[in-house]
Amino acid sequence: MAAYILRRFVSTIAVMAMVGIFIFLLLRLAPGDPAAMIAGRNAAPQLIASIREQLGLNDPIPVQFMRWVRDILGGDFGTSIFAGRPVLELISQRLEPTLSLAILTMILSVTVGVSFGILAAWRTGGLVDRLLAAFSAVGYSVPVFVIGYFLIYFFAIRTHWLPVQGYVPFNQGLGPWFVHLILPTVALGLGYIAFVARVTRASMLEVLSEDYMRTAAAKGASSYAMLFQHALKNAGVPILTVIGISFAYLIGGVVLTETVFNLPGIGRLVVNAINNRDYPIIQSVLILTSGLYVLINLAVDLAYTLIDPRIRY
Amino acid sequence: MQMHQTARNDVLLELRDLETRFYGEESVTRALDGISFQVMKGETLGVVGESGCGKSVTALSILRLLPKVSARIVGGEVRFHGCNLLELSDREMRKIRGDQIAMIFQEPMTSLNPVYTIGHQIAEAVQIHTKASRSVAKAKAEEMLRLVRIADPERRVSNYPHEMSGGMRQRAMIAMALACSPELLIADEPTTALDVTIQAQILRLIVDLKERTGTAVMFITHDLGVVAETCQRVIVMYAGRIVEQATINDLFASPAHPYTQGLMRSMPDPRRGRQRRLPEIPGIVPSLRDPIVGCSFAPRCPFAIDICREKTPVLRDVRAGHTAACWRAEEVMGA
Amino acid sequence: MGLLIILALAAPLYAGDPVNIDPFKRLQPSSAEMWFGSDNLGRDVFARTIFGARISLVVGMLSAASAALAGLLIGVIAGYSRSFDNVVMRVMDGLMSIPTILLAIALISLTGPGIGILIVAIAIPETPAVARLVRSVVLGVRERPYVEAALCGGASLPKVLWRHILPSTIPALMVQGATVCASAILTEAGLSFLGVGVPPEIPSWGNMIASSRLYLAIAPMTIFAPGICLAITVLAVNLLGDGLRDVFDPRAKRRR
Repeated sequence: MAAYILRRFVSTIAVMAMVGIFIFLLLRLAPGDPAAMIAGRNAAPQLIASIREQLGLNDPIPVQFMRWVRDILGGDFGTSIFAGRPVLELISQRLEPTLSLAILTMILSVTVGVSFGILAAWRTGGLVDRLLAAFSAVGYSVPVFVIGYFLIYFFAIRTHWLPVQGYVPFNQGLGPWFVHLILPTVALGLGYIAFVARVTRASMLEVLSEDYMRTAAAKGASSYAMLFQHALKNAGVPILTVIGISFAYLIGGVVLTETVFNLPGIGRLVVNAINNRDYPIIQSVLILTSGLYVLINLAVDLAYTLIDPRIRY
Repeated sequence: MQMHQTARNDVLLELRDLETRFYGEESVTRALDGISFQVMKGETLGVVGESGCGKSVTALSILRLLPKVSARIVGGEVRFHGCNLLELSDREMRKIRGDQIAMIFQEPMTSLNPVYTIGHQIAEAVQIHTKASRSVAKAKAEEMLRLVRIADPERRVSNYPHEMSGGMRQRAMIAMALACSPELLIADEPTTALDVTIQAQILRLIVDLKERTGTAVMFITHDLGVVAETCQRVIVMYAGRIVEQATINDLFASPAHPYTQGLMRSMPDPRRGRQRRLPEIPGIVPSLRDPIVGCSFAPRCPFAIDICREKTPVLRDVRAGHTAACWRAEEVMGA
Repeated sequence: MGLLIILALAAPLYAGDPVNIDPFKRLQPSSAEMWFGSDNLGRDVFARTIFGARISLVVGMLSAASAALAGLLIGVIAGYSRSFDNVVMRVMDGLMSIPTILLAIALISLTGPGIGILIVAIAIPETPAVARLVRSVVLGVRERPYVEAALCGGASLPKVLWRHILPSTIPALMVQGATVCASAILTEAGLSFLGVGVPPEIPSWGNMIASSRLYLAIAPMTIFAPGICLAITVLAVNLLGDGLRDVFDPRAKRRR
């Protein structure tokens, strides 16, 4: 077990190193001199030169890279060119809406998606199954922002049931916080529900044809026990894997959803950063999301041992 | 012989004209084509035949465990204690399964759920059919493991299937099947997937337990040798039909169907010493997709005459308690 | 699908001018003249929607084709060379760990918007999935007896790759290609919607939705028309992919 975690850790570091090099080069290749940008327009050449020296931009690229890595490991993600404040501070200010949306969407889509998938697998070709096929075709094809505007139009503008846009922080009341997140969560969740349901269905179908399912039936187990105890636990590993891998997809959706619903989250931060050419922010968000992705997938791998006793590392 | 005089209330299970079909993409397979037989209380009945003759389908039809999408029972009755199982609701059927009729399967490697402990899976059977608490069921599971002679049952209850050998898993399957003291145990090729030495142990275990509990056993196998060791009465199946039915002694003394005869000749017999070569039955099992005219065994039968290819023989008594579906049964017995 | 392509190609024949600004007809509802009404600058939504199809399809297909080619190349080489495999697959893992949209945004932010960079930016994040798939197929095929036989028979490695290994990757590649295409169309629309995709003066669906955001309450058609077209297009591409899979893998069809 320990050896496995160690091995996984090493490969995780390798992946992160690749990401790091990639992102670092990406930004060094960016047109425009960061020093000139910091100095502002019409700055004296001497000032720019001294800023270059300060930032270490005159050192060889590998040296710059090592210094950059060291800073990041020390928690220093640099300073926003536009806002002039530490990137980490800006990100942590924007974290709450993004995390709220991501976690609510996860909860919604895993509960609904898994149940939907199980029911569809239980009666293949039945009503639920055909409903899922139609639903997932739509869920895969309609982009988050289109669903978002549909929801806003029908549930907020036309009926006034829910607020149109915006975010209320958690500490200003659970009710308003939740009400503002309903539409974003549903908009982002629909595609995700379809995805989780499809995977669940496929995984369940495989398990349902196993010999031990027949044994369970021969014991007199009820349909409920067969599906939710005997089959689901066996189907769990692939479902979990796919949920872990699709995390990156979820974050992509979060960026769009935040724009549609005007949520002051990380996604908005990035979009604004592009318009301002604020590279340190883009860079840091990329590093952090990909680090989170790798960690989540490591956690998923370790969670296998809880589900399937045959998996021992 | 005494079978004939048995009182009706000694009949535990009776199949009448059972017909099961499989539906493929463009073809229909008549997997069972009018099967009728009885299982008496406490007896051991062997069901013998080549792969694909319908032995397992018979077992699955009795318990209604056939795959819902592709298979259907289209006719006949399965009477258990005189009550037709085919007319029960799913709920009522579940009460029978595992409680009054239990089954063990051919593949001990894949027939146990890999993510639950053996103890959990045995206890589950107990809890489904009794109001036993979790701890009582666990204790019962341990007791059952001891009964099937698994060493160290206190420790084994918390083992997962992958931590046990094939023989041990099959013992655990038997423990699970017998946990609710069923009146009928259907054993579908329980030893086929095991090593020869383990096979003998498992067979002895089933016979032993049967004697101790008084459970009737329906023993499905392709191995006449296994039947000889374990059963009192035998049914021989071929191409979805029963071709012969007799007590074990009658069958081995004078088989009345050429197919049974063929099966016996292809058995190695240690008393005859080293044989040059085991005779085999020429030809292959006919496809059950096309309607069969005449006797389904006729193309492979050394006794076949014109009538065999034209009219389907029905089961008839060739002597007391011995039936066969062959136009020339008398000649076959004499041969 | 075919119908969509024809509609898009024939756009100039029947649809009005997509860029003509008419300040007197701003945010009009549907009419005989302008089927879907007009947007905030008085442009014909119907015409813009039809023209938007061209951008979406072109960007989607070109991105998918580039991703498929790059993925094929990387996958085949990774499947055949151990040392290359280790390095490249780690890079692919790294790329996969970054959300598609974010990665594309980062790439585009380097040069500013433009169709060419857009296609590259969409293709790069899609490449790892293709490369992984191709690699797994190659790994499976290269152990097959006929490949070993060809190698023992003195055939050169490139020739074996070309004649025996490439063909077996084609079915999986085509199915994957449709999936990539659908996702590329979605990414393009998403990027345009965020204002970093197709330059705003070109009528693409994402741009239309973005520029009409503020007018949802008054003129919902300005958002719904391109939105629905987008959804239908992606659906069509996805269905095409399903169809291809059924053709290449009849087993999968029965299971579904």
